[in-house]
Amino acid sequence: MAAAEITINGRRATLDGVPPHTTLLDFVRAEGLTGSKEGCAEGECGACSVLVARPGIASPTEWVAINACLLPAAALDGQEVVTAEGLGRPDSLHPVQHEMAVRGGSQCGYCTPGFVCSMAAEYYRPGRARANGHVDSEHGPNGFDLHALSGNLCRCTGYRPIRDAAYALTGPPADDLLAARCEQPAPAAAATTIDDAEGRTFVRPTSLPDALRILRERPDVTVVAGCTDWGVDVNLRGRRAGYVVAIDRLAELRALHVGDDRIEIGAALTLTEIERRLDGRVPLLAELFPQFASRLIRNAATLGGNLGTASPIGDAPPVLLALDASLVLVDASGEREVPLADYFTGYRQSVRRPDELIRAVRIPLPLAPVSAFHKIAKRRFDDISSVAVGFALDIVGGVVRTARIGLGGVAATPVRARDTEAALQGRPWTAETVRVAAAVLQSEGTPLDDHRASARYRAAMLGQSLLKLHAENAEQVTA
Amino acid sequence: MSELSARPDRPSVGVAIPHESAALHVTGAALYTDDLVYRTKHVLHAYPVQVPYAHARVTALRTEPALAVPGVVRVLTAADVPGVNDAGVKHDEPLFPTEVMFHGHAVCWVLGETIEAARLGAAAVEVDVEPLPAYVTVREAIEAESFQGAQPQLVSGDVEAGIARSTHVFTGEFEFSGQEHFYLETHAALAHVDEGEQIFVQSSTQHPSETQEIVAHVLGKHSHEVTVQCLRMGGGFGGKEMQPHGFAAIAALGAVLTGRPVRLRLNRTQDLTMSGKRHGFHSQWRVGFDDDGRLQALDATLTADGGWSLDLSEPVLARALCHIDNAYWIPDVRVNGRIVKTNKPSNTAFRGFGGPQGMLVLEDILGRCAPLLGLDPAELRRRNFYATGQCTPYGQPVRHPERMTTIWDELGRRGELDARRREIERFNAEHEHVKRALAVTPVKFGISFNLTAFNQAGALVHVYKDGSVLINHGGTEMGQGLHTKMLQVAATTLGIPLHKVRLAPTRTDKVPNTSATAASSGADLNGGAVKNACEQIRGRLLQVAGARLGANPADVRIVDGVARSLGGERGVAWDDLVLMAYIERVQLSAAGYYRTEGLHWDSSTFRGSPFKYFAYGAAATEVEVDGFTGAYRSRRVDIVHDVGDSLSPLVDLGQIEGGFVQGAGWLTLEELRWDETDGSGRGRFLTQAASTYKLPSFSEMPETFNVTLLQNATEDGAVYGSKAVGEPPLMLAFSVREALRAAAAAFGPAGTSVDLASPATPEAVYWAIEQAREHSSHGHVVEGGNGAVPPQPGADAHPMKPRSEEVLEEVTHA
Repeated sequence: MAAAEITINGRRATLDGVPPHTTLLDFVRAEGLTGSKEGCAEGECGACSVLVARPGIASPTEWVAINACLLPAAALDGQEVVTAEGLGRPDSLHPVQHEMAVRGGSQCGYCTPGFVCSMAAEYYRPGRARANGHVDSEHGPNGFDLHALSGNLCRCTGYRPIRDAAYALTGPPADDLLAARCEQPAPAAAATTIDDAEGRTFVRPTSLPDALRILRERPDVTVVAGCTDWGVDVNLRGRRAGYVVAIDRLAELRALHVGDDRIEIGAALTLTEIERRLDGRVPLLAELFPQFASRLIRNAATLGGNLGTASPIGDAPPVLLALDASLVLVDASGEREVPLADYFTGYRQSVRRPDELIRAVRIPLPLAPVSAFHKIAKRRFDDISSVAVGFALDIVGGVVRTARIGLGGVAATPVRARDTEAALQGRPWTAETVRVAAAVLQSEGTPLDDHRASARYRAAMLGQSLLKLHAENAEQVTA
Repeated sequence: MSELSARPDRPSVGVAIPHESAALHVTGAALYTDDLVYRTKHVLHAYPVQVPYAHARVTALRTEPALAVPGVVRVLTAADVPGVNDAGVKHDEPLFPTEVMFHGHAVCWVLGETIEAARLGAAAVEVDVEPLPAYVTVREAIEAESFQGAQPQLVSGDVEAGIARSTHVFTGEFEFSGQEHFYLETHAALAHVDEGEQIFVQSSTQHPSETQEIVAHVLGKHSHEVTVQCLRMGGGFGGKEMQPHGFAAIAALGAVLTGRPVRLRLNRTQDLTMSGKRHGFHSQWRVGFDDDGRLQALDATLTADGGWSLDLSEPVLARALCHIDNAYWIPDVRVNGRIVKTNKPSNTAFRGFGGPQGMLVLEDILGRCAPLLGLDPAELRRRNFYATGQCTPYGQPVRHPERMTTIWDELGRRGELDARRREIERFNAEHEHVKRALAVTPVKFGISFNLTAFNQAGALVHVYKDGSVLINHGGTEMGQGLHTKMLQVAATTLGIPLHKVRLAPTRTDKVPNTSATAASSGADLNGGAVKNACEQIRGRLLQVAGARLGANPADVRIVDGVARSLGGERGVAWDDLVLMAYIERVQLSAAGYYRTEGLHWDSSTFRGSPFKYFAYGAAATEVEVDGFTGAYRSRRVDIVHDVGDSLSPLVDLGQIEGGFVQGAGWLTLEELRWDETDGSGRGRFLTQAASTYKLPSFSEMPETFNVTLLQNATEDGAVYGSKAVGEPPLMLAFSVREALRAAAAAFGPAGTSVDLASPATPEAVYWAIEQAREHSSHGHVVEGGNGAVPPQPGADAHPMKPRSEEVLEEVTHA
């Protein structure tokens, strides 16, 4: 077996003996690369953002920005990482660094290396410059998508100069080494086994059967994919697992297939990969993704992870419930398909057994024509919802034929709003129907009072979400 | 024009240049305190033992279990303190407390070979406590009369007469939230023992001299045995003015006791649960207007939430009282101030330092009363601006009040406000579920520390034989661009290109007895000192040049690095001139000093002229609000702001924009939430992570953001005609809040007055919309009679008496 190591800014660093809970951030800082900072240790501020070479969609390799504070260093075995120090030096700035510097994009400078890395990922994104000059409040004339920076917080500048720096970028010059790297194959996933001095182990099996065999033999393992939940547990709650199995690079979990009667999405595809590969094919998902955490998180997080944790406030379940999705669960002896509506059994609990993995999510076709995702949160970018509602309605001749409504944040699990669905189905899509149904929706679930919102507001928002859906879809549907 | 404010030919000041460390920032090469750990050998890591009770007496502390954890080296407790067990200047903040005063209060610290060992060691320490009753909310503390510190009273004229004269009297109440600094770099210190028992502490501190003093008194040493250095901070915003001292002292104590370097860096949760925030306030008020909407009288009682100790609460409260007038003339005023003691971290300085809180009270009053007076809020505001010859309630003449109207009118033109108001009216008539609104609010902010003694600064400037220049000054860099400005001031005064000047990190052994880099005063004070030092050297060099050029030194100028006599052809290059001076044994180093002239302030009577000048500005914000959810966005913001003649326009622009967005965060998004229940978590800080305490992100940036610096704005009383810029722009964000109020009101009938909670989160805006729809048109403002008199101070209330005044009295009486 090859020695475990990461290539950082072109230099190799050994992972020999590194504990599974050592984050990539702590690892690069200990290597003397202190440009990457810890601002929050939970993937919210992006001060730790670094670039990772990943298999691309538009080119063999793409530079992807991720939160180094969440990812175990061990997960990067065999991979290539670039930090702000690797992009340029004070006397030879990278174009991104140059624009940030001259336009006043840094004040205290602490968040800056992270911003630079997130911005560099978007700078190198294949096809960025081919946006045909489409400009709106979130896209620049150079094709720069501001969502690339949605996971980076700055407390000093107010963001305007950072936006201006992003929008001033042109394309990489012909001799740009990182651009050239994109034309070469991406680093393969390594078969990793790293033991630390205290007997903890990080394992990356190379096939699904291998992974499932480990799960059957060791019921105590911690399964990780994008690590966006696991990293928070490690950093904020001091969780130290004895045996960690990474499944995010298993080919069997990374397929996406659009058929005639269903779409099957691999559970270990990142949300960014799904978003780009579906390219708007499922409007409800297209509406979800920009509101799901931040780009930095979406570059790592997977649907399998979002459903595997069974959190009641995950943003994907309300949408997938509205889409009538089901999950393909697999163990060493075979597969079973479980409707998502039957999957959740309690707070952070599901029907998935410890020896099972989520292999894929299936969405039946055709899709309901009227759909929407309403996320209630304080902030438009990168926030956790207090309430989230997914709608998928089939309205024919002004009558609601079917209605599926998924809710998050109103109970111990994501739930379907069955009573509201019943109050809509078979009834005319009129203000009166909606008024009655909204009152029903308002009383579904038992929302909590907490620091995100009051129970009263959460309940009100359920009803309001249906009223809003009607206001926005009243005319085209009844016509 | 004064000598202080006059600029020479071709000055470096006034040129728009990037931050002096920009190239280091963007490449990750800029070093912060905790980055040094990786360059230091044999470092020990400190980790706090935080006790999860809001208020409790410690009955037993067992540290032995921690020592059994592999890698734990030592546990620091009160018994280890050789000097004074206190982390503050008021002697009310024991470094190792025996009484837990807030949820998460650290009672001892564990030192480990690794942070992991220290963390596990801290978890192993056993603390027995006897829980005590706790005050978590301001109302609970007021109810229990749990007050601390002085209760100042600001009186001007006769408030009862003013109320009697008024034709409209309104009474109301308003409680609003504080704000977490959320500097991206958490508190950090790294200490080691140097040669000869000298203690060297690297600290992320806005006030190295005070950090030095506290470290010395904890260690039982003199100030000359302790050196504190601050390379730079990853943000401060006031949060590192007083709160770093205790953390630095822990690191220093650990270093002394173990002989090894000790690093203390709070993780985000620790920083959020242990360090103080902007004070939330409660206010009760009555206000009188005449028939034209002119303010006649204001009677208010402000209660600041001090948290568990005084920290800077008294001066914060003083500034709140001194800014309740904002830009408005009020003939008869009575404002009482008091500070409650609650079981929460000790609230502290935060950009604006009470000014925003005082101003928010009156801006909220105007926003709520304008519809009841039948006046457009912008018109009501403009009608009440100060005019020449009028004084503030504390008796300071308001200089340059015409700048406020100039700014207001320029903002109207640049922001195309009239046309946009018509457009908004049209939009709102056509849209049932979404409304827009535009609001304009002014800022007048007093510059200088209220306490006169703090308005002094020092600098140390060296010119080396090769012509290169190194400057030191007492100010710290936290991103505000102070060092950039100081480089420009030095280059301007010496008459040399900017690249000849370099700046060394702030250290207490270079410049002693410095004031905090705070109160927006960094550039005014340190700029004066740098200029003074450079002038001394320049004066000596002109003698040398004069002799060389055969000219009177008074007729020699150094411009762009060449000394020439007026009208003379021949020049002496800077490097040659410096070398000549050295050979002629002329001193090439100077200590500079500056103190702000013309200030006086009497804390006990609350009268005087504490401010050198006022900074002015105004902002116009347009918002769009969704009637279904209360969600909103800022469509456009226009600002006209007075920075005098800017020292560094790119830096000032950054301060204005950044301050505005930070203010908007305080007023709309950022929510401090505590467990106020009687359950086992009582007093726990609930929003203790970036995932629950939301800062403005890219999505909160105004879609269109235009900032204009007021032109022809020379300030005679400050270095090179500039004005301070750090704090005033934060308060421009009142325009966001007032626009949200107006948009919510637009869902109801014309003339609706709505209450708006602060922060105005989407939920708060939603409830305001509901209030407007139900058109309970007075909100909770009560009109009529002589109003309700707010609570007045008790018999035991005492005025402020700052330490400096006490010292002067002691010395005088001795």
